[in-house]
Amino acid sequence: MPFSLLKYGLNKDYPFEKNADLPAPSALKPHYDVVIIGGGGHGIATAYYLAKYHGITNVAVLEKGYLGGGNTARNTAVIRSNYLTSEGVKFYSESVKLFQELSNEFDFNIMYSRRGQLTLAHSDAAVRGFRQRTEVNKHFGGKTELIDPQQIRELVPTLNMNPADQPVLAGLWHMDGATARHDAVAWGYAKGATQRGVELHQLTEVTGVNVEHGKVTSVDTNRGKVSCGCVVQAVAGMSSVVAAMAGIRMPITTYPLQAMVTQPVKPFLDPLVSSPALHCYVQQTGRGELVFGGGSDPYPLYSTRSTMDLKESLLAHAVELFPFMANMRLMRQWGGLTDMTSDYSPIMGLSPVDNYYLDAGWGTWGFKSTPICGKTMAELVATGRVPELIEPFSMARFDSFRQVNEMGATAASH
Amino acid sequence: MKIINCPLNGPRNSSEFVHGGELRQMPDPNNCTDKEWADYVFYSDNQIGVITEWWLHAPSGYWFIAERHTGSDEILRTYDPSEIFTHRVDFAEKVESGQPEEIKA
Repeated sequence: MPFSLLKYGLNKDYPFEKNADLPAPSALKPHYDVVIIGGGGHGIATAYYLAKYHGITNVAVLEKGYLGGGNTARNTAVIRSNYLTSEGVKFYSESVKLFQELSNEFDFNIMYSRRGQLTLAHSDAAVRGFRQRTEVNKHFGGKTELIDPQQIRELVPTLNMNPADQPVLAGLWHMDGATARHDAVAWGYAKGATQRGVELHQLTEVTGVNVEHGKVTSVDTNRGKVSCGCVVQAVAGMSSVVAAMAGIRMPITTYPLQAMVTQPVKPFLDPLVSSPALHCYVQQTGRGELVFGGGSDPYPLYSTRSTMDLKESLLAHAVELFPFMANMRLMRQWGGLTDMTSDYSPIMGLSPVDNYYLDAGWGTWGFKSTPICGKTMAELVATGRVPELIEPFSMARFDSFRQVNEMGATAASH
Repeated sequence: MKIINCPLNGPRNSSEFVHGGELRQMPDPNNCTDKEWADYVFYSDNQIGVITEWWLHAPSGYWFIAERHTGSDEILRTYDPSEIFTHRVDFAEKVESGQPEEIKA
């Protein structure tokens, strides 16, 4: 293998311009059939499936920063489908299936790695909840089991079975749980979309949305005005701010969520381990670093600053779970913005403005739904009909009090 | 934001405080439409800017009002609720003005 690489190294034309993954920046056209606001995983995936399945290629993805530089780069890259409601499980299971095929489909390695996810129960109430989730998951074809402490010990020998004096009673073992490289997912979709004729415009910020007679007609950007047939809003973390440009008020509150990474060590932890009671989840990346995350911050804010409080509480719990971690060094810390809905489910589909489609309310469940989101939003844009899979997630559900409650299956248990 | 200036107890560490949500006008639950009630419980402006909100100083059980910027995380002003709520809110009276109360002891 190194010898075949050597030939590229010695070639004076390398890297080949024609092999570049993304085309060079171009001027904005005055009109696009579809304008997608937000060049993160969701936005670019929508563009990809529009081009691939529906033949719609007069599409512009407008990104104020750079490709996949927002919350696509800030999540902790957990892929799973062990939710509670049948609506949720059906939706996230489809996403897991799509993720499994993405590397082949892109011809680009997204480093998908199926590890299994282990969620810990420290109370009888949690065990009951897990039992229900196991049955719902199995019913929809997922691989989820309730396992006892002995099986947990065999699966994760390094785990402290009595963390913070809260003994581990049982575990929800979700075999489909996985991780992948989040940047590569955005890059793979971008490569596939732009090869099919979609335009990706980075450093292009939408500053206004123009609505005439209840229908969206154009968007203003820092590079001029663009008229459009329809708009897809896919701006996790800024959903309320962008929707307000179109005059839409949303059932969302935005909180920061902080995560951190340690120095790399030898592989010792295969599954993704999560403890909702301790507000902590831990996983080891392919590079050997440990990634920690917890719940969102305690009050709403549009800032990705870090706080000492969160570090103290999160790391205290992580050390309870894996006591030897106390000697490890923290390498990086960051925050992302989570658009929380009151039922912990997304808001997808139609909006009060015609031809303005919403892909919003992605609190802590956005990355894992990237492929299915792109696919269903593309179908919505192409056909004008809301796909059955995302019907329960319409914004109108709040007006009729039909929430899809995923709080127990979501909070601090990615 | 590490220190919050409590109107009752002075500057205290932010870990002593609990966020209580944005200050907003509650519609009359007996007479408002479903849409109005949904708007009150679920919807929010959620913009970047100064908002007025409730905070609780947990150790002393004291509720107060703060004006905070949701972009910079700065608290501009904190004050006692009596600055806004000058009259006593009588919930029993409100119920009577709507539908008659069914529950009897």
